[in-house]
Amino acid sequence: MECQDCGQRDAKLQVTTIIDGEMLTLDLCSECAAERGAPTTPPAPLADFLAQLGPEPPGTGVLSEPCPYCGITEGEFRQTGRLGCPQCYAHFEPQLRGLLRRLHGSPQHVGKLYMSAGSEAGDEIARLSAMRRRLKRAVETEDFELAAELRDRIHEAESAE
Amino acid sequence: MIRRGGELTSQGLGWAHGDGVDSEIVVSTRVRLARNLQGYPFPLRASEEDRARVLETVRSALGSITTTPDIDVWEIDDLDERQRDLLTERRIASRELVGPGRGDQSHAALALWSDDSIGVMVNEEDHLRIQSITGGFDPEETWRTVDRLDERMGELLAFAFHHEYGFLTACPTNVGTGLRASVLVHLPGLVLTKEIRKVLEGIGQVGLTYRGLYGEGSEVVGNLFQISNQTTLGKQEEELVGHLTRVVAKVIDYERSARAVMLREAPSVLEDKVWRAYGILRHAHSLSTEEMMNLSSAVRLGLSLKLLKMPRVQTLNEILIFGQAGHLAYAAGGSLGESEADAARSAYVRTRLEADEE
Repeated sequence: MECQDCGQRDAKLQVTTIIDGEMLTLDLCSECAAERGAPTTPPAPLADFLAQLGPEPPGTGVLSEPCPYCGITEGEFRQTGRLGCPQCYAHFEPQLRGLLRRLHGSPQHVGKLYMSAGSEAGDEIARLSAMRRRLKRAVETEDFELAAELRDRIHEAESAE
Repeated sequence: MIRRGGELTSQGLGWAHGDGVDSEIVVSTRVRLARNLQGYPFPLRASEEDRARVLETVRSALGSITTTPDIDVWEIDDLDERQRDLLTERRIASRELVGPGRGDQSHAALALWSDDSIGVMVNEEDHLRIQSITGGFDPEETWRTVDRLDERMGELLAFAFHHEYGFLTACPTNVGTGLRASVLVHLPGLVLTKEIRKVLEGIGQVGLTYRGLYGEGSEVVGNLFQISNQTTLGKQEEELVGHLTRVVAKVIDYERSARAVMLREAPSVLEDKVWRAYGILRHAHSLSTEEMMNLSSAVRLGLSLKLLKMPRVQTLNEILIFGQAGHLAYAAGGSLGESEADAARSAYVRTRLEADEE
């Protein structure tokens, strides 16, 4: 079936619209449907992201060494958009920094702070201070359930010191 | 207590009750956090042994959380195709988690609290995807639910965290907070009044994006749009959630105005459209998925404008789930060809609508 708007391309969508109080159902091609304001295909963040990455690094054209921990190459990363392991972030840092800025507008995490349970004893102080900050925020956002839980954990950690 | 997930009955339907804030426009709110364990490659790069170890580590952490509701854990490798479809059609597991293309040794799993409040996908693209999905419009509370579990899991597990980049994820589009909050909104008013394009462009300009019902890569059907934050790094979690909440609240306002305009300018057209849609759903003997979704959209609109008194919103939500191919095949106890599925779908819809008429 031909598109009822352009009469050239094949109609792929049915679009219902109200014009002057009359309901019309039109068979349209995707281009004309988009012009009539029909919802189009959602953006594809991953595809956009891969397009931003490009097939090759800018400049020298020399790819960095594969990640020593998981063995993923820069080419594989550029192809799939997926890194291989947490260490990739340190290994590919020169390439990633600009990319993260373009993707997110900032390369600096300002959200939740995290100290893993297995951290060194010296990290305990930082862990406590992170928990105190979280407690302050929980009180500010009136999340009293979380606040109570954090308060108990801070007490526990302090008495263990 | 952790239980091995059994046959899927009513689990994962918690978001479909049809109550909740702004439920005449908002179907559900979802928040997820991507987390990975230190010392293991990300799942798609990890060896089978590493994925198995990750699953065991996460399972034992879940086991040491004392929760009142039990936790059901389904290992995806043990499920057949139809059972996998049930999980994605209920929107409690992503397509990435259940395959295809993951092989039979993915060691992927879904842990779901038996009250449907929260769940964890294990060995999806990231080691953990902590997620909660609620009926209606409630990003703040849904975020708090996820945040609380993340705090506890973070004490029991060693998450990969970088002082500058935050929580590390397989895809750099998720790094930092690892947070994706999304609201599933029904926007027939904006579509019919041709305002939708402007609105979608607008949300793109303020750092949000949209997808179809089943998340990334899925098409928009039945006027259902899933609006979510696009970026995850450089902003605090509360900022991301707050921004999404404010923008979606605006979209809801626009949708309400569009519905009011239609009701004022073309009431008889609208009433006819709604009742025709109801008539077809109620009496048809063959319905494709798309037809069902589009007609349900008109009926959902009619309900919210009080042009119809039934069915219940919950019924429409459940039709969206149980009318999908996987659920129909599961109910039939075997695979269905396209025309068999269309017939089974219409029979299911007829029964559900008839029950609400009584």
